[in-house]
Amino acid sequence: MSASNLPAQPDGARERIGVYVCHCGSNIAATVDVEAVRDWSAEHLGDRGVVVARDYKFMCASTGQELIEQDIKELGLTRVVVAACSPHMHEKTFRGACRRAGLNPYLCELVSIREQDSWVHTDRTAATAKAEAIVAGGVYRVAHSEALEPFRVPIDPATLVVGGGIAGISAALEIADAGFPVHLVEREPSIGGHMAQFDKTFPTLDCAACILTPRMVTAGMHQNITLHTWSEVTDVAGYVGNFTVTIKHRARYVDTALCTGCGICQEKCPSKVVDTRYEAGLGYRKGVYTPFPQAVPKYPVIDVENCIYFEKGTCGACKKLCPTGAIDFDQKDEEVTVKVGNIIIATGFELFDARRVEQYGYGRMPNVFTSLEFERMSNAAGPTAGRIVLRDGVTEPKAVGIVHCVGSRDRNYNNYCSAICCMQSLKFAHLVREHTDATVYEFYIDIRAPGKAFDEFYQRVMEEGSVFVRGRVAAISDTVRLPDEEAHQGRLIVSVEDTLAGVQRRIPVDMVILSSGLEPATDAQEVARRFGITCSADGWVIERHPKLDPVATMTEGVFAAGCALGPRDIPASVANGAAAAARVLARIQEGELALEPIRATVDQERCSGCRICNDLCPYSAIVYHGWEQVSEVNPALCQGCGVCIAACPAGAISGSGFSDVQILSQIDGLLTALGGAPPGPAVEEREAVPA
Amino acid sequence: MSATTAHAGAAPAAKDGRFEPVILAFTCNWCSYRAADLAGTARMKYPPNVRLVRLMCSGRVDPAFVMRAFADADAVILTGCWPADCHYRIQNVKALRRFILLRRVLESMGIEPQRFQRFYASAAEGQQLAAEFDRIVEEVRALGPLDWAGRHAAFVPSATPPGAGVGEARAAAEARAAAPPPAERELAEVTA
Repeated sequence: MSASNLPAQPDGARERIGVYVCHCGSNIAATVDVEAVRDWSAEHLGDRGVVVARDYKFMCASTGQELIEQDIKELGLTRVVVAACSPHMHEKTFRGACRRAGLNPYLCELVSIREQDSWVHTDRTAATAKAEAIVAGGVYRVAHSEALEPFRVPIDPATLVVGGGIAGISAALEIADAGFPVHLVEREPSIGGHMAQFDKTFPTLDCAACILTPRMVTAGMHQNITLHTWSEVTDVAGYVGNFTVTIKHRARYVDTALCTGCGICQEKCPSKVVDTRYEAGLGYRKGVYTPFPQAVPKYPVIDVENCIYFEKGTCGACKKLCPTGAIDFDQKDEEVTVKVGNIIIATGFELFDARRVEQYGYGRMPNVFTSLEFERMSNAAGPTAGRIVLRDGVTEPKAVGIVHCVGSRDRNYNNYCSAICCMQSLKFAHLVREHTDATVYEFYIDIRAPGKAFDEFYQRVMEEGSVFVRGRVAAISDTVRLPDEEAHQGRLIVSVEDTLAGVQRRIPVDMVILSSGLEPATDAQEVARRFGITCSADGWVIERHPKLDPVATMTEGVFAAGCALGPRDIPASVANGAAAAARVLARIQEGELALEPIRATVDQERCSGCRICNDLCPYSAIVYHGWEQVSEVNPALCQGCGVCIAACPAGAISGSGFSDVQILSQIDGLLTALGGAPPGPAVEEREAVPA
Repeated sequence: MSATTAHAGAAPAAKDGRFEPVILAFTCNWCSYRAADLAGTARMKYPPNVRLVRLMCSGRVDPAFVMRAFADADAVILTGCWPADCHYRIQNVKALRRFILLRRVLESMGIEPQRFQRFYASAAEGQQLAAEFDRIVEEVRALGPLDWAGRHAAFVPSATPPGAGVGEARAAAEARAAAPPPAERELAEVTA
């Protein structure tokens, strides 16, 4: 560390500014000449008030922060500019250092010469010149910064959890167990999610239902959890600590106050429907149904599209036979409004539609199954009672091919790895061999088994005698082509390049299981918009920080857990749920949250009452006082976007943290510092702020 | 001082006689600045000609900011969230409205539309952001510098005498450049 220290503050500069340039190890220093930036700042920004310029290896380290604290105390700094990483990374860190030294944290400006400079450029001289301009922008700007106090909002202790899969259930239980109310919203008639469809879970092979259903029951019975099943969130208003959420309860046509869940209606209903959701199309359900016997809540719903009463106005068997008179054909959808302080999004995934890979013939050749179909088939409570059979329902396969990476790691569909398919496919191999005498082929690209006891399970499946063929399957066909294939007429032929043996192979099998990848729920973008969060190009929710804040979103008060964030297995989803709950609980315990004080205010002396700003605000935060003919911003509703400030023809609205003079000054600094030359005069000297 | 001489003339102003435009890009805190963060963390590359200003929302961009920028910059870029993805619901649309009007005003002043561009970049679109910066820098480079007499007076109300801003800075940078300034720049300066 070294410093270019100017002993006396030059005349004319109002503030005493310290500039700290970070090396970030070599992250910045390799591309930006940090010492040169320091010297340049000291030399050329002195008349802007810079009294000390230093560089340091790691400004964010405690020793780096102490440098700032020490200078504030000893040199009497009134403003601080740190040139380091993105403000999204360490703004809080340096503001904290200023606060500890008695300087208002909002008088500290973090300008990015890493993400926005050293990491995106290669030319050292150009990157150094840009860093100087960025520092100048920060110095010019910070001179006009004002001391601010964070805006404190009370946190409503209730929480909304969207999605009743294992991640959502886990989050809800953690919060409810801590003694706070939870609204758990699920679109399906029962909570449980995809996990409720599975038979065994990898790698321990414990039964999914045995570990899931007790948690479902606990959630259903919990005094702090309100279940909203067969429901959807239709509107979210408000902000962190104080959301107003509208939940639509779709009509069940079953009065839950009277229904005992006896199941007579389901038994007697004459309408039989292929269950494409829970049974993945392999089994049937009735027109009035609960998706599965252990459903929580136990109340059935009537599927109006497949109900004879709703179609023809006749039947009504369920209504006649219900012992408690709970069937109510006149029920209507209803909307309820709940107040919550925080929201956890756990909307999960959908299976990649294997029909899209036409050469694999799913939907065209009956004995090609998807992974979810196989899950249901191998489930003892499933449509085949756990027997592994071909689509005819009786024939046991003699050979089974399991195709990995269907729709994943494929530029035609999804580039990402779906994370769970390898282990799931190994589990399938084990189950096929447990239930049948079939030969099992695993067609894989790479086996990815990085979890606890995962690789051991892989070893075990190999030792059991499954055949592993390394190569992406080219096609699956039901027609024999070569003379020696005559004997396999009627079977499926898997064409694959065995990349380890270096040969093309055509392997006859009776059944193919496609290990489809995971995709975001089809309406993930819509959900994201409703909750004001963002999704990646693939459609998964973007974390606030991929490593350090993996369950928070960019939006205050909205968290995410489970597969909504990306493909992951059950333990990770449970851990996510608990992590999101812990984040929410910390806030509830705190009782209030400090928000950035970025708010607009109207100078009522200058306001002409034109009301242009009134309609620009999407939060209705600007109220108009008719008899005084002025507008006023409600700081509790204002989110700080600044649109009204830019629109006000009278220049009567100002924005704390992002005022006109701050921004214009920053532009001055950024644009007038060119190539090592001194920057031009500041905004106030040119009176460049139009009213 | 050594710092100054160390990279004198190496700045955007003139390198190997090639025109290096200075471009200011307004970014929003939630989408496009995060796209720039992502471009950084993923070590994607774009030209150093672009300098970023972070605002909370693209709707915060006051036409006065753009006018101020044109006093010194060769081009200005407005970036923000995609329509319907705005962190502030619909405020990026208001930015778009202003953009269209402002571009018309700038065109009437003789500023080519390539010098005032906008694009969307979600927080996930670091690659797209870098590609757009690449494209715009090349387009502006082809147009050449935005330098005319009285430029400051045109863009900054009650501006200080000529030479207060980039013109002088750029001239100073070029004067210290090892390579002599291109002929047309000299001519422009003489005639200015």
